[in-house]
Amino acid sequence: MTEPLLRVEELRTHFFTRAGVVKAVDGVSFALERGRILGLVGESGSGKSVTGFSILGLVDPPGRIAGGRILFKGRDLAALPEREMRKLRGAEIATIFQDPAMTLNPVLRIDTQMIEAVVAHAGAGEETARGRALAALRKVGIPAPEERLRAYPHQLSGGMRQRVAIAIALMNEPDLIVADEPTTALDVTIQGQILYEVQRLCRETGTALIWITHDLAVVAAIADEIAVMYAGRIVEYGAAAEVLDRPRHPYTAGLLASVPSRNRKGAPLAQIPGMTPSLLDPPPGCLFRTRCARASAACAADPPPAGGAHAFRCHHPLEAA
Amino acid sequence: MSAAHEAVFPAEAAPARAEANWRRVWREFAESRIALAALAGVILVVLAAVLAPLLAPQNPYDLRQLDILGNLLVPGAKSSAGYTHWLGTDDQGRDMLSGILYGLRISLGVGVASGVIALAAGMTIGLFAAYAGGRVDAFVMRIVDVQLSFPAVLVALILLAVLGRGAEKIVLALVIVQWAYYARTVRASALVELNKEYVAAARCLAFGPARILFRHVLPNCLPPLLVVGTIQTAHAIALEATLSYLGIGMPLTEPSLGRLIANGYQYMLSGKYWISVFPGVALLLAIASINLVGDQLRDILNPRLRR
Amino acid sequence: MTVFVIRRLMQSILVLFAMSAIVFFGVYVVGDPVEILVSHEADEAERARVAAALGLDRPVWVQYFAFLENALGGDLGKSFVFGIPAIQLILQRMPATFELVIVSFVIAVGLGIPLGMYAGYRPNSAGAKTIMAGSILGFSLPTFWVGLMLIMIFAVEMQILPAGGRGPVGSFLGMQSSLFSWTGLGHLFLPALNLALFKLALVIRLARAGMRETLLLDYVKYARAKGLAMRRVVFVHVLKNIMIPIVTVLGLELGSQIAFSVVTETVFAWPGMGKLIIESIDKLDRPVIVAYLLVIVVIFVLINLVVDVLYSVLDPRVRLAAKA
Repeated sequence: MTEPLLRVEELRTHFFTRAGVVKAVDGVSFALERGRILGLVGESGSGKSVTGFSILGLVDPPGRIAGGRILFKGRDLAALPEREMRKLRGAEIATIFQDPAMTLNPVLRIDTQMIEAVVAHAGAGEETARGRALAALRKVGIPAPEERLRAYPHQLSGGMRQRVAIAIALMNEPDLIVADEPTTALDVTIQGQILYEVQRLCRETGTALIWITHDLAVVAAIADEIAVMYAGRIVEYGAAAEVLDRPRHPYTAGLLASVPSRNRKGAPLAQIPGMTPSLLDPPPGCLFRTRCARASAACAADPPPAGGAHAFRCHHPLEAA
Repeated sequence: MSAAHEAVFPAEAAPARAEANWRRVWREFAESRIALAALAGVILVVLAAVLAPLLAPQNPYDLRQLDILGNLLVPGAKSSAGYTHWLGTDDQGRDMLSGILYGLRISLGVGVASGVIALAAGMTIGLFAAYAGGRVDAFVMRIVDVQLSFPAVLVALILLAVLGRGAEKIVLALVIVQWAYYARTVRASALVELNKEYVAAARCLAFGPARILFRHVLPNCLPPLLVVGTIQTAHAIALEATLSYLGIGMPLTEPSLGRLIANGYQYMLSGKYWISVFPGVALLLAIASINLVGDQLRDILNPRLRR
Repeated sequence: MTVFVIRRLMQSILVLFAMSAIVFFGVYVVGDPVEILVSHEADEAERARVAAALGLDRPVWVQYFAFLENALGGDLGKSFVFGIPAIQLILQRMPATFELVIVSFVIAVGLGIPLGMYAGYRPNSAGAKTIMAGSILGFSLPTFWVGLMLIMIFAVEMQILPAGGRGPVGSFLGMQSSLFSWTGLGHLFLPALNLALFKLALVIRLARAGMRETLLLDYVKYARAKGLAMRRVVFVHVLKNIMIPIVTVLGLELGSQIAFSVVTETVFAWPGMGKLIIESIDKLDRPVIVAYLLVIVVIFVLINLVVDVLYSVLDPRVRLAAKA
């Protein structure tokens, strides 16, 4: 078997606060092949964004990677010095953040922000970089790109800004893009367009994509594989169709049941009772047990991994239908 | 009336809660060693000022105690009377340590007196502006804005050019410089408090504005007032020293630290540093420790910065 | 917009009138300049003659209207002491003050922004703590005392810089300034540093706070995610953003810097407007006091007006609030 593009093994990213250790990511493993799309799903606070930032090497203090490996093209990013990491960021691993209104610098023009991303890596001159920026803007379907280059971020609409962000991510032809909730701040129609564009571009260029979201509907539309995170751990992981159609973990099932659907019109919408637990010095065992209808005394111990290709961690999984 | 009053105003009947609050403030204050050291500095300075007549080896204004032959003695020199001038003597043969203790008394006295009067005036004006609202409020705040747009030293300069010299003129000038800060602070917190339900309840009970403002609203404005008061007092002391140094502050007969420093200026150029430097150190100790205490109070009492 | 500017302008004129009245009536009921100008042996007739020459025999309000009429024509009376028009006296001293203020501003901004940014970038480092302790000192130390210490260290002990006065001025492109002569620069350095200290402390605080807040923003993280060097993130992405509040605050502080130069000029015997006003207060030279105060008030009102208008141009929310 050839080595996948990205293999994350037992990643632990902890925040060492005054009040104690917050185990935001606590033993996460997954792999991603070239050109594939992984949907990383979870509620806010489940550790999905921190996982993304860990791969980018952008975890801010007091947080740091406390254990595990992030193998990217054979190199362990968790052990890479910042200087090497900087060369990778934006070049081989690009990113798209949640809110384009917040990620583009309000006082710098679009061209400045695009050109610097090229110049930082390619060693290209400013003119070459400008050409690449124009091409990238065209590729993501921005009309009149020359004009847009001279604009400031606030002069563009939300959807347009996110297209710019995608263009910046694509400019250096990365192997991997980490997209953290890139469509959450957008209108539904724009969201659809962006999803379509990103999927098309990834297929065309062979770029692998980690799509971090809380929205199962989005993941269903785009992902090849899905990893469901809860309280810093991956509780279910497998091919998208498998996980969505035949969930084994009660939490995944709960998430799916809480998505409004036309098929169950009139039926009351299911919800998961309770709240996400605090990750400050969490107790051992399955952290979902306090909210789980199927929980038993056995859940106080860590559930072993089960299921092979469609993996899950649960003492009382749902029947494989 | 009492029972109904208790029911509507648990706040008035809850000194226990307030006490716990102050205990919390003290605990968080004590977390910073610098702040504790600063508080010790403030206590030291205040004690030195209050007890100056007892602590000073000499009364610097009692001409019979002055020894004109023992003038400009270096620090540590012995006087003809046999005791040591630890900080030297000035051109009149005054013991510098005594001069500084008495000067500190005057500097602190002027600073605190002006602070208390300005606080009382600014607080009252701010409270009533907030209560009256509308045009009265807008008018008062416009005056505050205009005044605060001029730096304190300039306003004080204008006032002293107009009023002339004297201790009471200095205090008056410092009050006029400061009242606007207090008025603005109190008004801002009072506006927030006035919108709360307990004030509406108090109005329903037909309490007069004075009672509502001073018994119900004011206690809740105290934390920011305490912070502004601390820092303003430090400003007032520095400003008084500056004006006295410029020769338009405290009169010669009541030399504050600023005047002592100015007196030593001519001797400094010939290397007799102690006449200017030691009063300066005393002044610095007073201002810096009050400022540090104020800074820490602001960090603790500002809800926006609560950790 | 135009309405806003006109309204602000009207307010400014109102403030000017109010200040002129306060200043005039205030100053003209203090002391008696005849006492100072006329020798003690002079008889009553001599005194009356001097008083009449100075226009002091008329009622105060008549004097005020005459003063107002003249002031609008640019005539603020003659200095009792120097015998030349007060406004001319002040204008003569103005370049020295402006020179001092501008150089001190350059020092405050040039040192304050890098120091503050460093303190915000590495808030827990020993360097940052030293800088912040220095900034607290800068706020606490009275300007005049720092000035004295500077003189003692650099002029008395080390004897490398002059203790006061404004050395020779050089000439460059028709402008006269200490900046264009080496000796002049030597004379300028200590007073400018002294005047800069308070603003330096302020700029350090602003830059540090701005740095700390901005570093937490998403676009900084995003800039790093693009693989930019930290140098570029800090000096382009962060610096451009923190300059906006700093420039706004400094614009307003320009006026207070002119006022504060009173202290520094007195300490360093710098022949500017500030030293002049202190001497004039000492000698009750009322026309000069009044003229100085009015000039300062005009400068202040102008600066506030310009900053207000500029700000409302930059920020649409302010413009809307002003209309409401």
